[in-house]
Amino acid sequence: MKPAPFAYHRPETLAEALDLLARLPNARILAGGQSLMPMLNLRMATPDHLIDLGRVSELSGISETAAGLSIGAMTTQRAIERSPLARAGCPLLLEALAHVGHQATRNRGTIGGSLCHLDPAAELPVAACALEATLTIAGRSGKRSIRFDEFPAGYLTPRLAPGEILTRVDLPRREQGSGWAFEEFSLRAADFAVVAVAALLALGADRRVRRASIAIGGLGAAPVRLAAAESLLVGHPCDAERVADAARAAAELRADGDEVYPAEYRRHLAGVLTRRALERALARGRKGV
Amino acid sequence: MAGDLSPGFLGRSVPRVEDARLLRGAGRFADDIALPGMLHAAFVRSPVAHALLRSVDLSNARALPGVRAVLTYADLRPQLRCDRIPLALPSAMLRFDVDPFCLAQRELCYAGEPIALVAAESRRVAEDAARLVELDFEALPAVVDARQGLQSGAPKARLDCPDNLVAQTVLEYGDSEGAFAAGSIRVTERFRIHKGGGHSIEPRGVVARFDAVEDMLTVWDGTQMPHRAKAVLVASLGLAEHQVRVIAPDVGGGFGPKAVFHPEELAVPAAAMLLQVPVKWIEDRLESFTATVGERVQEWEMEAAADREGRLLAIRGRLYHDHGACTPYGVALSYNSATNLVGPYVLPAYHLEIQVGLTNLVPAAPTRGAGRPQGTFVMERLLDGIALQLGIERDEIRRRNLIAPAQMPYATPIVTRDGKAMTYDSGDYPECQRRALAAAKWSEFSGRQAAARSEGRWLGIGMANYVEGTGRGPFESAAVRVEPSGEIRVTTGATAQGQGTKTMLAQLVGGVLGVPLEKIHIVDGDTAASPLGLGAYASRQAVTAGNAVVIAARLVAEKARKAAAAMLEVAPEDLDLADGCVRVKGIPGLKRSLADLARALQGTPGYALPGDLEPGLAAASDFQPGAIAYTNGTHVVEAEVDIHTGAVRLDRYVVVHDCGRMINPMMVEGQVLGGVVHGIGATLFEWMRYDESGQPLCGTYADYVLPTADVVPRIEIHHMESPSPLNPLGIKGAAESGTIGAASAIASAIEDALKPLGVRITDLPVTPARLFALIRAAEQRRDSR
Repeated sequence: MKPAPFAYHRPETLAEALDLLARLPNARILAGGQSLMPMLNLRMATPDHLIDLGRVSELSGISETAAGLSIGAMTTQRAIERSPLARAGCPLLLEALAHVGHQATRNRGTIGGSLCHLDPAAELPVAACALEATLTIAGRSGKRSIRFDEFPAGYLTPRLAPGEILTRVDLPRREQGSGWAFEEFSLRAADFAVVAVAALLALGADRRVRRASIAIGGLGAAPVRLAAAESLLVGHPCDAERVADAARAAAELRADGDEVYPAEYRRHLAGVLTRRALERALARGRKGV
Repeated sequence: MAGDLSPGFLGRSVPRVEDARLLRGAGRFADDIALPGMLHAAFVRSPVAHALLRSVDLSNARALPGVRAVLTYADLRPQLRCDRIPLALPSAMLRFDVDPFCLAQRELCYAGEPIALVAAESRRVAEDAARLVELDFEALPAVVDARQGLQSGAPKARLDCPDNLVAQTVLEYGDSEGAFAAGSIRVTERFRIHKGGGHSIEPRGVVARFDAVEDMLTVWDGTQMPHRAKAVLVASLGLAEHQVRVIAPDVGGGFGPKAVFHPEELAVPAAAMLLQVPVKWIEDRLESFTATVGERVQEWEMEAAADREGRLLAIRGRLYHDHGACTPYGVALSYNSATNLVGPYVLPAYHLEIQVGLTNLVPAAPTRGAGRPQGTFVMERLLDGIALQLGIERDEIRRRNLIAPAQMPYATPIVTRDGKAMTYDSGDYPECQRRALAAAKWSEFSGRQAAARSEGRWLGIGMANYVEGTGRGPFESAAVRVEPSGEIRVTTGATAQGQGTKTMLAQLVGGVLGVPLEKIHIVDGDTAASPLGLGAYASRQAVTAGNAVVIAARLVAEKARKAAAAMLEVAPEDLDLADGCVRVKGIPGLKRSLADLARALQGTPGYALPGDLEPGLAAASDFQPGAIAYTNGTHVVEAEVDIHTGAVRLDRYVVVHDCGRMINPMMVEGQVLGGVVHGIGATLFEWMRYDESGQPLCGTYADYVLPTADVVPRIEIHHMESPSPLNPLGIKGAAESGTIGAASAIASAIEDALKPLGVRITDLPVTPARLFALIRAAEQRRDSR
């Protein structure tokens, strides 16, 4: 359990990091290391160069924008957890973060690291999916933006071209009168989710669902939006029957499985957690908090 | 008999003498040992469960800078006296012995079996080189299920064995057939139990140095049994006893697997001798998963017969036990499972056919509980089944079957390995159960259960009784010596892995000699310090080494009294020992310190020793317990089941535990608590899985789930003290006991929570998906009615 040999680089600016990434063959970005370090030790990852973004200060920090929050990709999960801005502006993200690892791992783990690692059972990608996060990606030729749901390209694979680095995550501010909930099933509090559901519901003045955004992780390679369930809800008053219909739609998604958590069980969990998330989101939305 | 032990020392929770050093990071574990010129080893391991090795290409690995040697079986064989590691333990059950090789010779029999040893300037380089070794092998079909492997036409797990049935026996007494014909109640179940491990926080580790000047092999080995390791090394390497010293340094947890001699413990010393440099190997966690022994895979097909009152008449059935790929530790597991099934109950007739199968999995060997949790699980589940059929309470059916205190000592009809009746020495089982039920407020639970059900919450309570045979012999040795400086030096064959063995022994010696603990220096786990010894297994060291040090310390105290009597010119009866001195009773100031006496008994050139005594203020004892001392306990646990997900949460756990007289109740509680948590893990979380080709599916603690603080309930431990008549101190072991009742109690609580659905728990572990499937099936049964 010792990593294969690699060269370690620690740039201090984004430009420097982009330059190293463009120049060095078989290089990987180190963005907190809470997944990559164990993978190196298990030799599941064997890069020749490791580019540590830990000292690139321009990539961390939380600020308010007109639309919501802008979070630097290298902002630690703990810093977001402790940020009053994040707490007020994006409570769904905060609720998801409470399920992410231990405080010790959140001290090091970053939002960008988690989104780019894209573990199928990780919480932050599920939250980012439901929140319709916008990702800013830098390359040597400039910057581009991509919505999170277009970001996953497959298992543990983000849609990043060679030489590109995720720099920023933009999240919309919570709307007045909207409710949110993050539900997950795991054996222990700090574990990756078996299945996780993030739900956002905005209610209109007529108490009908104006907007619904539900994302689910743990079924396949990457989180997905529950489009079928969302369309069952939007435009209707949200009662127990509607919630049950949405949960049934979630339980019909395709799922991968294994001996401990078979596909059928994961699908069932998808239904249970979707129902629980919608119930809680709805209760919050109704209270108008 | 323990009258001369100062009450301040026995039965008191004195702080552990080990802790100040360990907590300050001053411990010396195998990996803390660094020797000049030392090389670091990594092993090339079998990537498959079963294959024939055609060839091994070492050239790329050997060419890597920093690599000193890459050794195969052929390279090490000239160092060895025998082809295989001589580990066979005598057993009438075994049809043949399957001793392991220190490195695979030709046939690869489990994924993780060591094939080659790389010695390099760092572990990192050794691992780089290990990856460059190219193996050419012919894959063979693997046996991954012991029972399937015993069917005709199954592939052989080892081509070098006649078949897969490595051991078989029938354990029987009484008239089972007659009992089943006469019995009015019959419960039939199949139970399947999974594989788990010891998972000590410190993995295994070996550092070996052969000193050519002294012609001496020294091995620092994170083992529970250094004397056995030494005996194996002497036999394997052809060295004389005086040329081999095995030291167990600080060891970070054992739990059974470190009692077994593993192939690396020979390969590393053999490499150190061949290369003439010290070699260190520290197991990494992936190796713990694939190459360290574990246990618990069993399948039982069982039937119980009882009368209308629920009194057991007979139990019969079959046990299929997975023994893995070789037999490094005899057949203790299936034997313990079979005999411990009887538990604290009167069972008039018993017939169990045991078949032990070889498989292409890492060998099975004792892990905390050593087969007993499985047997207890079967018995407790059958009792719950009978109670359900008869409609009587689970506590009541047990009350009707428990051995009464008046029956103690209770000779069961089982004849043990040494030809004697398996006899429970002491205990009050009904009182133990009564206290546990009272502490858990068992009788009030149904009210809370009903209230919770009306809120849609599914609560249940479960219980289990068990016994554990502890303090296994044949002996443990100890010597106590008062040095002229006043230091008390205790040497023993006992070996510590974090249990507090030093504290336990120091507390006893201090109690007898009247000296503070800090004056007492315990040397354990070193074959040079203690010529004889057995070590840590079978919850035995307090019983065996504890009594040995007390006997030796009493001899020292007696001699100190005689010497002081001669020097002070008083009668020995007028003297007592306190504060490191022998004092004349009632005359303050008239005394001799133990140091003075030790100096006097060390002799002055030309002068006689005081009182014509033999030289030295020292004594030794090899305490041989006449028989097994039986610890017992009752567990009661409350569980809540989320019927929508199958998740189980444990809310409250009560243990009443009786290990005879306690030396240090705080340490007993630590042992029991740890055991219960291990049992919770084995019931709800831990599951060492393999695919159908024998590939391990768990290699990290993300795949193999240990119970963490957030899933362990408050565990309340109460003590009973039924002294054992089998040893002077009246003590019994406590190390494994906590593990034994957990699965049974938890399964019973889950069934109780789901009683309206009629779910039966027969397979472990109870994972959420499995439990949900049972709930779903029960709901479908109910709805189709």
